[in-house]
Amino acid sequence: MIDKYDAIVIGAGHNGLVCSALLAKAGKKVLVLEANNQVGGAAITREFAEGYSASACAHLLYQLQPQVEKDLNLNLKLASKNMSTIVLSKGSEHVSYCGSKVTGVNDSDQKNFEEFTKRMTKFADLLKPYLNKAPPRLGTKNKKDLFTLAMLGFDLRRMGQVEMREFLRLIGMNIYDELDERFENPLLKGGLSLDSVLGTHLGPRSPNTILTYLYRMAGKHGEISLPEGGMGSVSKALSDCAEAAGVEIKTNAQVKKVLLAKGAATGVELNDGTVYNSEIVVSNADPKKTMLELVGARNVETRFTHRVDNIRMKGNAAKLHIALNKLPTIKGFSDADYGQRILIAPDESYVEKAFNPAKYRKSSPQPIMEITFPSVNDDSLAPSGGHVMSAIVQYAPYKHKSDWNEEARNNFKNAIYNVLKQYMPDIESCIHAMELLTPVDLENEFHITGGHWHHGEFTLDQFMFVRPVAGSAQYQMPIDGLYLCGAGSHPGGGISGASGRNAAQVILKKGNK
Amino acid sequence: MKKYDAIVIGAGHNGLANAAFLAKAGLNVVCLEKNDYIGGAAVSRELYKDWKYSNCSYVCSLLRPEIYRDLELHKHGLQVTPYGGSVQFMENGDYFASYHDPEAAHREIARHSKHDADAYTRYSTDTMRQCRLIRDFLLRTAPDPTSFKPKDIKELILLGNKFLELGEDRLYETLRFWTMSVADYLDEYFEKDVVKTAFSGSGIIGTALGIHSPGTAYVLLHHYMGDVDGNVGTWGFARGGMGAVSDSLAGAVQAYGGEVRSEAGVDQIIVKHNRVKGVALENGEEIYAPVVVSNMDVKRTFLNCMDEKDLPENFYKRVKNFKIRGSSGKLNIALDGMPTFPALPKGSELIGNADMHFIDSMERMELAYDDWKDGTWSKDPYIDCTIPSAVDPTMTPPGKHFMSCFVQYCPAQIEGRAWTSEERDGFTKSVIDQISNYSPDFKDLILHVETRTPQDIEDQIGITEGNIFHGELTMDQLLFNRPVPGYAQYRAPVNGLYMCGSSTHPGGGVMAAPGANAAREILYDLKLKNTVPENFGDD
Amino acid sequence: MTPVKINTGRLRTPFYPRLAELDCLNTWHNWAGYSSPEALYCEDMEYFAIRNSTGVFDITPMTKYRITGPDALDYLNRLVTRDMRKIKPGRVAYAIWCDDQGQVIDDGTIFHLREGEYRLCSQERHFAWLTTAAIGFDVSIKEETVEIAALAVQGPTSYSVLKNMAIDGLDALKPFGLMHHQIFDTELMISRTGFTGDLGYELWIDPDKAIDLWDALFEAGKLHGIKAIGTHALDLARKEAGYLAPFEDFLPAETTVRTGRTRSPLEIGMEWLVDFNKDNFNGRRALLKEKAEGSNWRLVKLDIEGNKTADHSFIYSQEKNNSEEIGFITSATWSPICKQNIALGTVRTPYGKPGDNVWVEVYYQREMHWNRVMAKATVVDKPFWFPPRRGATPPAPF
Repeated sequence: MIDKYDAIVIGAGHNGLVCSALLAKAGKKVLVLEANNQVGGAAITREFAEGYSASACAHLLYQLQPQVEKDLNLNLKLASKNMSTIVLSKGSEHVSYCGSKVTGVNDSDQKNFEEFTKRMTKFADLLKPYLNKAPPRLGTKNKKDLFTLAMLGFDLRRMGQVEMREFLRLIGMNIYDELDERFENPLLKGGLSLDSVLGTHLGPRSPNTILTYLYRMAGKHGEISLPEGGMGSVSKALSDCAEAAGVEIKTNAQVKKVLLAKGAATGVELNDGTVYNSEIVVSNADPKKTMLELVGARNVETRFTHRVDNIRMKGNAAKLHIALNKLPTIKGFSDADYGQRILIAPDESYVEKAFNPAKYRKSSPQPIMEITFPSVNDDSLAPSGGHVMSAIVQYAPYKHKSDWNEEARNNFKNAIYNVLKQYMPDIESCIHAMELLTPVDLENEFHITGGHWHHGEFTLDQFMFVRPVAGSAQYQMPIDGLYLCGAGSHPGGGISGASGRNAAQVILKKGNK
Repeated sequence: MKKYDAIVIGAGHNGLANAAFLAKAGLNVVCLEKNDYIGGAAVSRELYKDWKYSNCSYVCSLLRPEIYRDLELHKHGLQVTPYGGSVQFMENGDYFASYHDPEAAHREIARHSKHDADAYTRYSTDTMRQCRLIRDFLLRTAPDPTSFKPKDIKELILLGNKFLELGEDRLYETLRFWTMSVADYLDEYFEKDVVKTAFSGSGIIGTALGIHSPGTAYVLLHHYMGDVDGNVGTWGFARGGMGAVSDSLAGAVQAYGGEVRSEAGVDQIIVKHNRVKGVALENGEEIYAPVVVSNMDVKRTFLNCMDEKDLPENFYKRVKNFKIRGSSGKLNIALDGMPTFPALPKGSELIGNADMHFIDSMERMELAYDDWKDGTWSKDPYIDCTIPSAVDPTMTPPGKHFMSCFVQYCPAQIEGRAWTSEERDGFTKSVIDQISNYSPDFKDLILHVETRTPQDIEDQIGITEGNIFHGELTMDQLLFNRPVPGYAQYRAPVNGLYMCGSSTHPGGGVMAAPGANAAREILYDLKLKNTVPENFGDD
Repeated sequence: MTPVKINTGRLRTPFYPRLAELDCLNTWHNWAGYSSPEALYCEDMEYFAIRNSTGVFDITPMTKYRITGPDALDYLNRLVTRDMRKIKPGRVAYAIWCDDQGQVIDDGTIFHLREGEYRLCSQERHFAWLTTAAIGFDVSIKEETVEIAALAVQGPTSYSVLKNMAIDGLDALKPFGLMHHQIFDTELMISRTGFTGDLGYELWIDPDKAIDLWDALFEAGKLHGIKAIGTHALDLARKEAGYLAPFEDFLPAETTVRTGRTRSPLEIGMEWLVDFNKDNFNGRRALLKEKAEGSNWRLVKLDIEGNKTADHSFIYSQEKNNSEEIGFITSATWSPICKQNIALGTVRTPYGKPGDNVWVEVYYQREMHWNRVMAKATVVDKPFWFPPRRGATPPAPF
């Protein structure tokens, strides 16, 4: 049977769902093909021990673009919102920040934090509109590109001379120096360092970490929330929305290749041989997987292949799920504190030192962690009395020297225990079961090359005009009718939906011509 | 009490170049130097009898030919001899060399990797393209993108056009080049570790960054963009050591009627009602002039020699936070003869004539940086080792040699405190041991060693933390951000006070461009005819 | 370990001893790291060997790659602009390859040696590009420059010379064909190819047998006027044939720093080598766009009046008004065989259509003094020299 669609979206990750929903809303007949047995890609909730569930990859929501929510009339149920971030101390002098307020630090740090977040918010707001549209091409005479660039220049200037200078100074800088200049409290500096390096192959001393921090702020000014039922419910909401708009979604439908004729996409073929036809194929898969595997290097050109091959996307973040009999003791913690975002990043150089081994393809002996206990505010995730810990642990390089053999995994697990024990002395007695997903596991489970959450490092040389690669930043790949809509394209990773939305806009505009 | 039209503080090469152009315009100029020798970091000093030590900077290629020609430096004794080649000694006993002759160079890379030998063509083409782009802006003042002045807008348009000329695809490549790490950049061309290592050194020399730090690809340019007689990227020795550069510039100053005074350290820059009046010397003497130009780095200028109250608060804060980090040390060694290097074939042209490096993997390069981040010197350092006496017969008695070892990384302080003498010895030892691993007779040939940590360099010639570039070459401190956003056009926030050192655009290296650019701006303010030559332009 | 010593001077090809014996002029230059003679005894006489009898030129320094593997054909088809499916085993294709922007990286010849086994031959080295292009293909690429010694045997009597070597099947060998022949216990590959535009062959052999081949060849050619020749003679012959030389008539894209200095195949008269019917090849999208929007440059073959060679001349659209400068000459020579003043040049479109007249500003020196003339030139379509014997199969025993 040969079905013909207006558009086929490969992968039901959140960006794929956003894109398909928007295409369907514009009247297109859309088919979404998902390799796994449930929608969501890296935004899913799944059981990892009997009775215990967690968001298997991404676990916090902070970047979902308001425009996406608006366009799709999304109404997400949140288990907790506007969460604080608590940076753990070994004693009970934790530092906690939320918005522009920070507690547990001295007056000057408080004042500086307010100023710092205000400025960062302003810069993030400057970037925001440009994250929500396709980047302009550079060096062309196209009026629309020139206009967008002129607007960017105008927006910069409108901030005023002082702010514009500060922006131009900061944009390529590292977070370490900026934090060192401003703050005294090591926990505060450690926490903000972690915020800047989460999901990257960078340490706080690496130039570029201001940009990653700004990107984090560009969704909802860094406001963090936890969806009820885990990340899977976000995907569920998106897929409901897509289906309501008429999108057909097939799970357990892994695409083997994109079908082509004369340099144009004609459809896709599944692993089982099923063929679906469409002149528009949109891939939510990462650029390497899309271009080198699904399309095949031979069907694109050599320099392009080279560029795609060179995209830096080797993951460093591991995911840790622990099923708990009870909540571990953390000194000085109130019940409410367990429901917040908890960081282990005692100071800047701790974070930097955690990064060092990653450069040599080894895991951190003293990792940094972003921890949540989602079950605290959401009892659907664990049996009564039990709890779930979900943590992102860095650094665990994808290309581990030992290819993540049993010994390497155990070493890393022990390193994690040792660190956790320093802050949660009774943690071992609370553990019922645990699951550690290295980037290799994430690659296998979520089909992301390199297990890289953001489908590619978020650095200036892979940002905006040159994301995913130079010359192809406008979602359209050098194959007629083939588009990218995943995090590998502009603006990048996180549960933001911006890539999916921007891609849909580009596709619809093309169609209307 | 003497009155001048202009005072230049510091007789480093930029100060001298600045003074020369001001004197050429007819100003009565004095250039003041705190030491009893001139040259700052471009000196030849007899620290061991009959030996000349280029004990700071040691090779010459960035010196702008426009300045060389305009100030007729050849008449004042400057002669630059190109030298070629480099060698990377490998732990497995082999070596990786680069040769002046392109065919020999190709053959040698091919010995290690055929792919890389051919990839070198594209690498050098692409890198040269970036060099050409930046070279045109060395002798120009960086425009202020936030300004609406016609002068800035004109320069911005020029800059914009230069970029647009590249065409779309190359524009993207440029954007990436300016922001990526040297390791990532090299990964896109080469496959062999030792080949990448050999090229990566230029991305970190003089910086407090590692090869994996974004932004280091750009630093490559600061080592590639120079030229000797139009051969871009070629390096040369100044005959008689680097002091020859300073001496010839001082000769030019004097030829135009300017004065150069040594042992005249400035204690304070005198400011009244936001206007510079002159300087007070360490000996209490005061010298007055309506124009004062500082060749010192910005921290020393504004934090040591001025009152905080005379400066805008924000400016003062930015200067305080200006990143100028001690990251390199230096060993200067007198040798009783040419050391042997058993890894090299007998009679190899590389011996003595090549830059030698004793590190062969990207991992070792980055580990060297990790030591620095930990607040200590690299135990397995990146050494850029040259033997200028092999080329220059004036440096040492015949048959004897002078070896210059530039060492990356070496912090200004050990874990935040001053160096102890044991630690200095430890640093010296790590360098000498690394070289000895590849040269068994090296230790026995040593007659004298001068060890210079960043702290020593700061103590002797005054550069904060001994940073060879007077400030990190990171994006936040380049072009219109250098040294401080809004003050990137050589003018300090006090009327009549200017900056002309390497803390200003285009930055460090013995280039003399900051000195010349500052002179142009000063003459513009004084409404005098410009004496600073224009860029030749690469066409 | 004993220190590795590479040769930092010029390499010598296996034929060097014979060339050195014949050399009277001692004018050698660098060709890809090898010593190659500019001329051996007399440039003019060497040229006439090509056109009148047989000239032998050592082409060993040509870069050679062996391309094999199940995807070899698909790989080459994506690499070059022409359709390689049409090149059967035993055939040779002149081909051009581009980058993604459709700019020429180089030209060369691809020998389909046996089913699925190819040799790519070019002036420049391209191992990095070739391996990058191999991402996603099951193909093996091996550089074999030093493993194959090669001679170009060119001229009207070349057929007779080889015939004397008792090479079976030579009669049937068509232009751009290749054949194998057993000799000296090894395999000699003979292709009917060359860079002179005349009847001629190229011989490819194991370097250990190079001297044997040379001696047998010169013995066989004794009565047919066989002569060893140098680069200058060859260069003159290639201009008459209208062949392009990299770095003269076009710049390999990978070595070009300045934007706008590279050329597309359409801009150097190679449109006939671009097959848009192929699904995908490097440069396809860019070239399709260029075809639709028009090219910036056009390569022209010029027949220039008078006899003053137009080296490095500017080309104008009119005789008088110098502001109408439209391009420049890239290769020029007096053609001894055509008795024409000929040149290759590059001009901006729309100038330079076949039949157009343009003006060439020629500077020439006579006894120290320089003079300048504006010479009228006609754009010609066909090669200046294209003798019937070049295509005749079997060739006549001239």
